[in-house]
This record gives sequence, C-alpha cells and structure tokens, in this order.
Amino acid sequence: MPASVPVDGLLSVAWLVIALPLAGAALLLLGGRRTDRWGHLLATGTVVAAFVLAVASTLQLSGRPGHAASIDLFTFIRTGGLDVSAGLLIDPLSAVFMLLITGVGALIHVYSIGYMAHDSGRRRFFAYLNLFVAAMLLLVLGNSYVALYVGWEGVGLASYLLIAFWYTRPAAATAAKKAFLMNRIGDVGLALAIFLMFAQLGTTSYAGVFGEVGLLAGGTVTAIGLLLLLGACGKSGQFPLQAWLPDAMEGPTPVSALIHAATMVTAGVYLIARSAPVYDETPTARTVVLAVGAVTLLIGAIVGCAYDDIKKVLAYSTVSQIGYMFLAVGLGPVGYAAGIAHLLTHGFFKAGLFLGAGSVMHAMDDQVDMRRFGGLAKRLPVTFVTFGLGYLALIGFPFLSGYWTKDAIIEAALDRGGWSGWVLGGVAVLGAGLTAFYMTRLMLMTFFGKARWTPGVHPHESPPSMTAPMVVLAVGSVAAGFLLVQVFPLAEWLEPVFGEPAEAAHVVAPAVVGIVVTAVMTVGVLAAWLFVGRREVPTTAPVRVSPVVTAARRALYADTVNEALVMRPGIWLTRALVWLDNRGVDGVVNGAAAALGGSSSRLGRAQTGFVRSYALGMLGGAVLVAGALVAVTTA
Amino acid sequence: MTITNYLVLAAILFTIGAVGVLVRRNAIVVFMCIELMLNSVNLTLITFARASGTVEGQVIALFVMVVAAAEVVVGLAIIMAIYRTRRSASVDDVNLLKY
Repeated sequence: MPASVPVDGLLSVAWLVIALPLAGAALLLLGGRRTDRWGHLLATGTVVAAFVLAVASTLQLSGRPGHAASIDLFTFIRTGGLDVSAGLLIDPLSAVFMLLITGVGALIHVYSIGYMAHDSGRRRFFAYLNLFVAAMLLLVLGNSYVALYVGWEGVGLASYLLIAFWYTRPAAATAAKKAFLMNRIGDVGLALAIFLMFAQLGTTSYAGVFGEVGLLAGGTVTAIGLLLLLGACGKSGQFPLQAWLPDAMEGPTPVSALIHAATMVTAGVYLIARSAPVYDETPTARTVVLAVGAVTLLIGAIVGCAYDDIKKVLAYSTVSQIGYMFLAVGLGPVGYAAGIAHLLTHGFFKAGLFLGAGSVMHAMDDQVDMRRFGGLAKRLPVTFVTFGLGYLALIGFPFLSGYWTKDAIIEAALDRGGWSGWVLGGVAVLGAGLTAFYMTRLMLMTFFGKARWTPGVHPHESPPSMTAPMVVLAVGSVAAGFLLVQVFPLAEWLEPVFGEPAEAAHVVAPAVVGIVVTAVMTVGVLAAWLFVGRREVPTTAPVRVSPVVTAARRALYADTVNEALVMRPGIWLTRALVWLDNRGVDGVVNGAAAALGGSSSRLGRAQTGFVRSYALGMLGGAVLVAGALVAVTTA
Repeated sequence: MTITNYLVLAAILFTIGAVGVLVRRNAIVVFMCIELMLNSVNLTLITFARASGTVEGQVIALFVMVVAAAEVVVGLAIIMAIYRTRRSASVDDVNLLKY
C-alpha cells in the first residue's frame, strides 16, 4: 500500500492539517482570557486553512500512482520488540475523511460563531472543537493502529469535554460521564485488538498488519475482528453500546452536529473499512458486523418514532443511519464504497439537520420539546427550507443524496443472496420506511400545524453566520449523493484501497429496488401524516399508549438492561470489594498493629520500677545460662 | 587443704551477697552486698590462679578491684544525690522509671 514514490510538494507538509487545529486549541487553552476577543476567529481560521490544505493535498494525491502517500514523521515508541513510528497514510479512504472532517468542521465552526456568540465560555468551546478536529484528523490519517488509537482517545476526550460543556447542568455532566464510560468499554476492545496484533504479528502499522494477517490462525483473526468491532460499536453508538449517543445531545448543538452526527460517530465505520484486510480473513466477524448493523438500524428507527425531543429523534436517526453503514461495510467488498458514500452524504444532511435543529432551538429559547413547536415554517423560512432539504435527503426522496447512497446499501444487501440477503434487505427497506415515518413526524410537529409555543416565546430567524453553513450543507444534501454515485463515482476513487468490486449478480434489479424503497418511504410519510399531521398535536405526551410505544419511549429498555446487567452487578462488586478492603486487607494490617501494640503494652508492665525485681530477673537469667552451659558441656 | 574449701567459701559469700541484693531495701546495704559478690568472684579467680600456677587470674582480680573502686565512687555519689532529694536511701523509693 505505501507508495514508493517520494513524497513532495504539499503532501510533505500534510502534518500541518493536524497541527494547525492542534496549535489553535493549545493557543486558546493556554492563552486564557487574552484570547477571548479573537479566539473564535482564530479557531475557525485554523480549520478553514486545514480544509484548504486538505483539498490541495487530495488534488495532488489524485495525480500520484496508487493514489497513496505514506509519510514518516518520527519514531514514536522504540523499545524491545516494539517499534512504532508516527506517520501519516494519505490514501483515497483517509483523503475523503480528511475532506469531510475539515469541510464540515469548518462550516460548523462558522455556525458556532453565531450560535455561541452570547456564551461566556465561547473561547473554551472553540478550543475543544479545535482539539476535536485535530484528534479526528489524526485518527483517520495515522498510518498505524497506535496512531489511530491516539486519535481515538483524543476524540473521546474532546467529546467528553464538549458534552459536559455546560457542566453546571447535572444532566450534561451525567451524560458526559455516561458517554465516557460506554466509550471506554469499546476502547478496551480496540486496545486489546492492538495488543493481539502486536503479540501475534509484532507490528501495528497498517502495512505490516495487513501484509501478515493472512498467516494467523483463524481464531486469532476472528478475535481481532470482534475486538475491533467492539471498539467501533462503542465509538459509533451501535448495539449494544448505543445508549450514550442520545444522551450526548446535552452538549451544545454544533457539537451534536459535528461530533455526534457527522464525524466522530462514523469513526467506527472508518475503523472497519480500514481493517478490510482483517475482515477478509474472518467471515465470522464480518457476519457479526452485519448483525450489529441490522439490529442497530431497527432499534434506532423504532425508538426515533417515539421521542418528542427534537435532538434525540435526530440522535436515534444517527444511530440508525450508522447501522446502515455498518450493514454496508459488513457486506464485504461489495458494500465498502456504498457504506463510505452513505457516511459522506449522511455527514452532510445530518449535520445540516442538527444545525437546523439548533436554529429552531435558538428561536424557541432553547426548548427541545417538539410538542411545543408547530407552525415554524413561516417564522424561520431559511431554517425550514434547509432543514426540509436535509429531511428529504435523509428519508431517501428520489434523486437527493440519501436516495443514491441508501439504495446502494439496500441493493448490496439483497445481492448477498440467500435468506440472509432477503432478511438484511428487508430490514434495510423496513428501516427506510420507519425513517420516513419519524422524520415526517418531526417535520410536521416542528414546522407545520398550529403554533403550540409556550407563552412568551417569539421565534426569529437566526443570524447569517448560522444560516450560511446550513445553506451550504443543504446544497450538499441535495447534490452530494448524485455527485458521489454518478458524476465522480466514489467506488472508483476508493478502488486502490478496497480493490475492484466484483460485478454483482443482481438478485433484484436496481430499478425495482429503487421503486420499492420509494414506495415504502411514501407509505412511511403517509402514515406519519395520518397519525400526526391531520390532527391536533397535544402539548403533553399521551399517557395511555400501547406497550410498543411505551417500550420505544424507554429506548427499548436499553438503559434498564444496562443497569440490570452492568450497573447493579458493578455496584455490588464495588461494595463487596470495599467490604473486603475494609475488613480483609485493612483488618490484617490493623490487626497486626493492634496485636503488636497490645502485647508491647502488656510486656511493658514488667518494667515495675523496682530495682530488686530487675536484679532477680538478672539472677534468674544468669542461673539459666549457667545451667544451660553445664547441661551442654556435660551432655 | 584442697581448693574446694576456697570455692565453697566463695560460693557462700556470693550467695549471701545475692540474697542481700534481692531482699534488702537500704541502698547502702545493697551496695555492700554487691561488693561482697565481687570479692567472692575475686576469691574464686585467685584460687584457680593459684591452683594452675598462672598469673592471669590474679591480674583479672586486680582489674576487678580497680573497677569496683571506681564503681563505689560513682555509686556512693548517686546514693548521696538520691538521699538529698528524697530523704531516703530505700531502693524501692527510686521507682519513677517504669512503664
């Protein structure tokens, strides 16, 4: 994979793409209040500069043989048998991620200038955002699993800091802790996978691992694949570690858009796509990826139908859409390009939707309850149009972004053939219908119908610094799918990474799939209109509902299961350990001390202060010694 | 005249001294009993030195006498000091240093 052609021109300074945002973060965090007035502009500037550099690097990359550049930077760890050098790998896969992260990142930085204008912690916010962008770029650009892991932990840290940005709110602090802990479970999986690679292969660089993974025993490769999947599940909010992502919406909305919709949560998809050679060797792990994707896709879509919190609906939508991506990359070579394409278009429309939701919240005094919205289309025209385009793209309205990329995944799933192909395809089509339902419900409750605003709320359109990024993302939502599938096919661009995809024998003709999916989507939209649109929406959620709705409202009992299976046993375990520590370990130590103290104070009684008793003791001792001497010499 | 008589005499003197140290309260008497024990040991040393025809025992006896003389000086001084502060020469009254 690494190109033998020497790296020159802009590619040789590609490390600046990471270094610029990192320097911005350092400057803002270390500079303190001095940077309050211009810090946000500097932060935005570094990301825009990184984007320009990324575009230039990608253009130069397309002219290179193999479309790849491996750049060695410095020796990171050299000890014994472990030799990790820090380096960058810029190939078609990391290049598209680099463009997505810096592009969407720059737009969201611009949006945040308006969104956070009146927040006293604005400088801190932009510093964390810059830190996130730097860590995420390191994650996708690193040329070894260790570099990926450093970035992986970096984005986890930035995510934690940003979810808890308003740390005085208990809900935000709790959500951040929850996200951090559930991510940690996944991170342990990733770390173990890297340890396994080092123990079995002695290397962690992509080139080294992928070159030798075929020589390993099947069980080891499967273990590595499953551990990598655990890491991916944690970061991407996939079943069974999906419960943190909706809670993460406690963070500021630009954070939800950038980290918890467009970039960080797709890191799991990147990890699995990047590890394609590992999964090529282990069909078992690949099947598990498929199952995780399919299950998560349905969970996210079902739960999304029941929530009234606009950001949580979008969050479950993200969970569901990333399920599609996992499904795609789990299908193997036929699905990689489709999954990455959906990831890119999803980055556009979901970021746009979140920014729109942020604009709505901005207008409604930070309310998130959709039952208190309604009739906002006229008051927020720009938000309505951009949000509407994102919505159409997400539900797969024909010829918008989601249509192209989601259809490609459904086709790939059906092409798998056999019963598993039908099941996966069916799940994906059903998910598309549910997506249409919950997103239409969200649109109807927010922008249409009568105004159900709480008294005293006066909706107003957001400033241009917020609407401009929304417009750009809306244009992307409309055009990206067509561009990536028809004009500049992503599949061809990614060929150097994933190899040439085999010409699939279509089980169902693509045109038929397109028609069926569109029909299912229409049914979803109509159902939403029947249930929500044509009647009055009550301002409080109905209490008497079917068990299905109750289950969906409680997120299919994910938290309950987590609490029962992990939290309670964990608490019992800690209590038992505390008891053991207090009584067992401390008991031994305290007991030894008490025994010594007690016996010494008792022995001290022998010191009576009467000289004659001491003399008697000495005499007795002398007699004993003399007796012993006599006994020894005569024996 | 065997050396047994000398040794028995030394043993008797030592026993009197030891019992005196243990049972008497008056510091002066205890002190004299200690001297008695020292001199019984001196007698034993001299006896064996005479019996074996060497001088080491006599030399050691001389050393013991020198040390005993020094000890008497220090000991009597201590007893005097105690008597001046406590108006008593009983060893049982000097019992502050205890548990």
